[in-house]
Parts: sequence; C-alpha cells; structure tokens
Amino acid sequence: MEPLSWFDIITRVFLQFMPVWISLVVLFTLSIVYKRRLGLYGKLFDSTIGMIGFALVMFWVFTGIFGAFDMIVTHDPLAQVSGMKNKLPGTPLTNPDEGQYAYYLFGGDNLARDVFSRMIKGAWIVVQIAPLATLFAFMVGITLGLPAGYYGGRLDTLLSFLANLILAFPVILLFYLLVTPEIVETGIPSYMATVLFVFPIIFVGVLLNSRYKTQPKLRAPLLICVLGIMGWLYLSLISEIGTKVSVLPGFLDLFDVPSGILVVFVSVVFVNSPTVFRIVRGLAMDIKTRDYVAAAQTRGEGPWYIMLWEILPNARGPLIVDFCLRIGYTTILLGTLGFFGLGLSPESPDWGTTINDGRRLLQIYLHPALVPAISLLSMVLGLNLLADGLREESLRD
Amino acid sequence: MGLFILRRVGVMILTGLCLTFLVFTLTNLYPNLEKLAKTQGNFRMSDEEVSSYLERNGYLQPMVVKYGEWLGVLPSYRHENTDGTIQGRCILPGKTPEESPDFCGVLQGYWGFSTVFKDEVGSIIGTRLSLTGKLMFWVMVLMVPSALILGVLSGMKEGSKTDRTLSTVAITTTATPEYVSGVILIAVFASSTVGLKWFKGTATSAMESANFENFFLPVLTISLYGMGYIARMTRASMAEVMTAQYIRTARLKGVSFPNIVVKHALRNALIAPFTVIMLQFPWLLNGVVIVETLFNYKGFGWTLVQAASNNDIELLLGVSVVSVFVVLVTQLISDIGYVYLNPRISVT
Repeated sequence: MEPLSWFDIITRVFLQFMPVWISLVVLFTLSIVYKRRLGLYGKLFDSTIGMIGFALVMFWVFTGIFGAFDMIVTHDPLAQVSGMKNKLPGTPLTNPDEGQYAYYLFGGDNLARDVFSRMIKGAWIVVQIAPLATLFAFMVGITLGLPAGYYGGRLDTLLSFLANLILAFPVILLFYLLVTPEIVETGIPSYMATVLFVFPIIFVGVLLNSRYKTQPKLRAPLLICVLGIMGWLYLSLISEIGTKVSVLPGFLDLFDVPSGILVVFVSVVFVNSPTVFRIVRGLAMDIKTRDYVAAAQTRGEGPWYIMLWEILPNARGPLIVDFCLRIGYTTILLGTLGFFGLGLSPESPDWGTTINDGRRLLQIYLHPALVPAISLLSMVLGLNLLADGLREESLRD
Repeated sequence: MGLFILRRVGVMILTGLCLTFLVFTLTNLYPNLEKLAKTQGNFRMSDEEVSSYLERNGYLQPMVVKYGEWLGVLPSYRHENTDGTIQGRCILPGKTPEESPDFCGVLQGYWGFSTVFKDEVGSIIGTRLSLTGKLMFWVMVLMVPSALILGVLSGMKEGSKTDRTLSTVAITTTATPEYVSGVILIAVFASSTVGLKWFKGTATSAMESANFENFFLPVLTISLYGMGYIARMTRASMAEVMTAQYIRTARLKGVSFPNIVVKHALRNALIAPFTVIMLQFPWLLNGVVIVETLFNYKGFGWTLVQAASNNDIELLLGVSVVSVFVVLVTQLISDIGYVYLNPRISVT
C-alpha cells in the first residue's frame, strides 16, 4: 500500500475524532442557546477568547474520556508492530491483521508504537490527574489560607513561613528529592498523602457543620453520611497492601491507585498548595474588612461560618480564574515529571514521558516528540485563554 | 530601613537553615545511604558490611549531629580502624589526623567530595555555575528588554488591536513550557531532515566558545517562557498608569503621545515588573535545568540532574544550597528594591 498523503492523513484524523466533534457541537449549541440562564459559565460565551479556550480544553477532555473507552485510538498504545519503527506519519502497516487499522496516522516511535494512539491515551492521564490534583491543592490552600488571613497573628506568621519555605525550593529539586525510588521506599510520599488528603474531609466537615449548626436534627445525619463516605474513600485511597500505609483490609479497599501515580499526585498537590494558600490568605485579609463580614460578626456567627459562607463565596471570582490557570500549570508540572522520567513508568503514554523518549532522536525523526509537544501546548494554551476569558467576564459584573 | 533589612536577613537565614536541613534529611535517609555504600563498595555487600561501612564513615550518627558536622558547627566524626589508623571526613588522603582541622563543613568552605565526578564539590559547582551564569546573562539580555517592550506596547492603549495581538502572544509563550518550545524550536530550526538548519540542536560546543549558531536556541527557549509573564505584568501596570490623572493632564497640555509614554508613564509603570523580574529567578532555575538537559549544555542544571539521578549526596546538597541561596537572595533584593522604588510604601 502507498503511504498516505498529508491531505489523507488530515481527513482520516478528522474522521477518527468524530465523537469528539459531535460532543463539542452539542455542548456548544446547548450552552449558547441557554447562556443567559447559566451565570458565569454562560457569560463565557460572550467572549471570543474564552470560547476558543473552552473549545480547546473541552476537545482534550472529550478526547481523553473517549480515549479511555478505546473509541478514538487506532492501535494499542503499548503494542509494537514490527517494521514500524520511526516510520513517518501515514505509513501503512506491512501486513495488517484482520480488523486492524491499516495505517500509523502520526507515524511510529522508536519502539514501533503508534504515536497517534499514545497521544490520545496521554490526554486521559492529564485529564484524570491535573484537575483533581488542582482541586486537592485548592482544598489544602483554602483550609489553611482562610484562618491565616482571617485571624492573622501568630498562626498567620507560622503558616506563611511554612508556605514560603516550600516556595523557596526549586520545583525540580523537590521532585527529585520526593519521587526517587529510594524515598518512595521509605514511605514518605505515602505519609504525605495521608496528611494532604485529610484536608478535603476537614474542609467539607467544617463547611457543613458551620452551615447547619443551628439545625441539629439535619446536621448529625448529614455529617455522619458525608464524612463516612469521604472517610472510606480516603482510607481506600491512601491504604495500599504491601506499602507502609496499609490500614484497610483488602476486601474493604475500594480501588487501588498505582503507587507511581499516587506519588506524582502527592508531589504535584504539595507544590501547588502554598501558592493557593497565599492567594486565599490575601483575599481573606482583604474581604474581612467588608461591611457584610462585620454584619455577620454582629449577628453572632461563628468564625468558620464567616470564613466559609461569607468570605469564600465573595472570593470566588479570582479563585475560579486561578483554578483554570493552575490546571494548566499542573499539566506543565506533570509534563516536567515525565520529561525527567520521574514517577510514571517509562512505558506510560503521558505527554512528558513521550517527549522525553522522542527527544533523543529529535534531529532525525521529529514526529514522536512533536505530536505530544503540540498537544500539551494546545491544552495549556486553552486553559490560559479560558482563564483570560473568565477574568474579563467576571470583571464586567 | 536598616532594621527592615536586618529582619529580612534573619528570616532568610532561618529559612535557609530549615531548607538545607530538609534536603539533608531527605538525601541522608537510610535507603540512600545503603545505595551509596553499595556504589562505593560493591553491589553484593551484605547488610552487615553495609552497616559497618556506614559506621566507619560516620553515617549512622543522629541526623542533627550529621547536619551540624556538614554545616561545620560540630567537630567532625573520626573513626579508629582496627589497625590503629584514624579516618574521618576532614582527614584528606596524605594528611595525618593531627594536621587536619576539627571542623570541616560548609562554613569552613569544605563542601565534600562528589562520587560521580570524582572531584571537590566546591570546584565543580564553581565551574558549572559560571557556565550557567553565561547562559543566564544572555537570557536576561534577550528576555528583559523584549518583555518590557512587549508589555509597554500592549499596555499603552488597552483594548486596541495591538494590545489584543501582543497579549495573545504573551499568553501563548506562558503556556509553552521549555520542554515543549525547545522541541518545537529544534524541529523548526535545527532538524537535519526537514528544518531550516539555521542553528545547532545541541549547545555542548557553546561551553567553550559560544556563538550565535550554537547558543541562540537554548537562550531563546528559556527567555520565551519567562517573557510572557513579565510582559503581562508590565502591561497591567502600564495600563493602570495610563489612566492616572497626571497622564490626562499631560495630554490636555498637548504633550505628544510618545513623549507621554516615555517621559511620564514608563518610569512609574516599571516598578511592578522589577519585582516580577527578580522573582522570576526561581522559575528561570527550573528552565535552566530543563534546557540544559535538552540541549546537553553541562552547566548547573545539568549537574543537578546528574547528582540527583546518581545519588551523589554531597554534590546534591551543594547544588541545593546554592539554588536555595539564589532564590532567597533574589527575594530579598526584590523586597528591598520594591520599597526603594516605590515611595508610597513605608517599612515602618
């Protein structure tokens, strides 16, 4: 068979992404039709930059999700097909089996794996880890930043000192110190996970408790249910048979997170949370001087109610914008980890690892490194444009 | 002002001590030491041999004591071998124990010995740091003026077409980490198959003689990522200054637009970017590590990767101390500079 021409490759890739295009069109039509009823999200569709950013982000989100169900991929991302080593985009397979996709659309890498399918699978890893890690970092940052900003004093000095301590570390050095196999063996990342992952539980517990304190009949069952479920999830997340932290017996353990992923997750949360802490602290210090906070204090509301139900909702604008930017930054950090071969397995199809694999032969074969590089660029760019659009629209209020 | 600087320096020293102790603890954990013993001795050492090796070299003392010795505030460990000879960290080959000093740590200028490069850590860091200094110098020369020009041009008339275009450029560069822009730049400008072949894809030869051909790509790669951020800060600060009363007064007096920008707005608009540029240093350090690995330029960042991936404990400690020091000093300078440049802020 002849290799595909560039036009053929583009057409085939376009067709391969069909489920993504359909989902994007449906999402955008629905959102634009109902944009007046959707609050800040709806206002996003008034700004071109925000729409472009949102489209780029959702493209990768849908790609990741469909890719996880093996819908867009053409080959197994780990399978090596003989004769396809470093082949250019559009090369046909030498003797394809029945039902096998006959071409490597974006060529083969130095181990004869399909670059296109690896790109799709890599999107899923980012879409899984980056938003979740950012969310955890926000929980940690908010739970510590609100009291630091609201109370001030000794607590503030101590927490700020700790945050600055982590911030003064060059990120890569921190990664090298935390993610090496020797350190993982001592269980330090597992202990850090144990500490860091408590914060979402504290956050939700305090949030609900301060809100429903006056309704004891509703509060007790609600807290028991929510904290029970979260506690179970927490224990199954951190406990792993055969590692240092193993508290749950196997039959109660809901899911197993591969330890490499857990370590990467923990270090990314750890690096991000001090910055979030600083932002939240600054916002809390600013907002606590407002009249509505004074009104709540006069009403006799507790400090946690004021922090979580008066200050936090009024700080949401800058926080949402920073959340988008931070997901992008987390994506970059994940790529950095992959680029230095830290944490994730060397076979993993995530973009950083693939770029690192491809760069060795970059002078001769471009496509194995260029494809994931451009994917990562477009995703982070999308998030930054989205954040920019959101900032503009939220300032317009 | 004096008290303010004194307090900042105090906090800085405290931070430095905490951080170095943290790094020291993490690098001196038992699995790391075991690996060190096996690479120094042989890989088939039994557990007893490992612990006797570690005992001989003083690695089994409490962490705080080891840290004190490394820092040079506690007398260093000496071990008496079975044949009566005395060995210790301070006793260099060819010296007798009596001649050697009791204290040998970072404070005395002794940084230890690198197991990978087989050389004194102090001299390795010196040479590597000067190579990275050359890289950083050119990065600054390229990055700071272009970022400021970009920011001032787009902040001059907020919302104009120039502003939109330049802002998009700035956003794109901040969204491109070094390992992505480096790969794309090599593909476009240096690849031997399809690219333009204007530059070289490695900077190894730039260590001896840097020229435009072998040094421009790494410099550009680092500059691009930092540039967008500084440009956006400059833009925001410029846009704010342009709405100020005195700018309106100047316009109404009939001062020409270029004159307003250069003489009235620029000086006030550059206060914020100054701190940002200083705070950019820690990020540049990250960029340096990535770019030096990507372009195979054997500077400070490359040394960090080598030390960390080969478990070279004393070199890694030295590298950490230097990088933490750089970060803290730039923070101090940016704080002092901010107060100095902005008369509205008082330290008291």
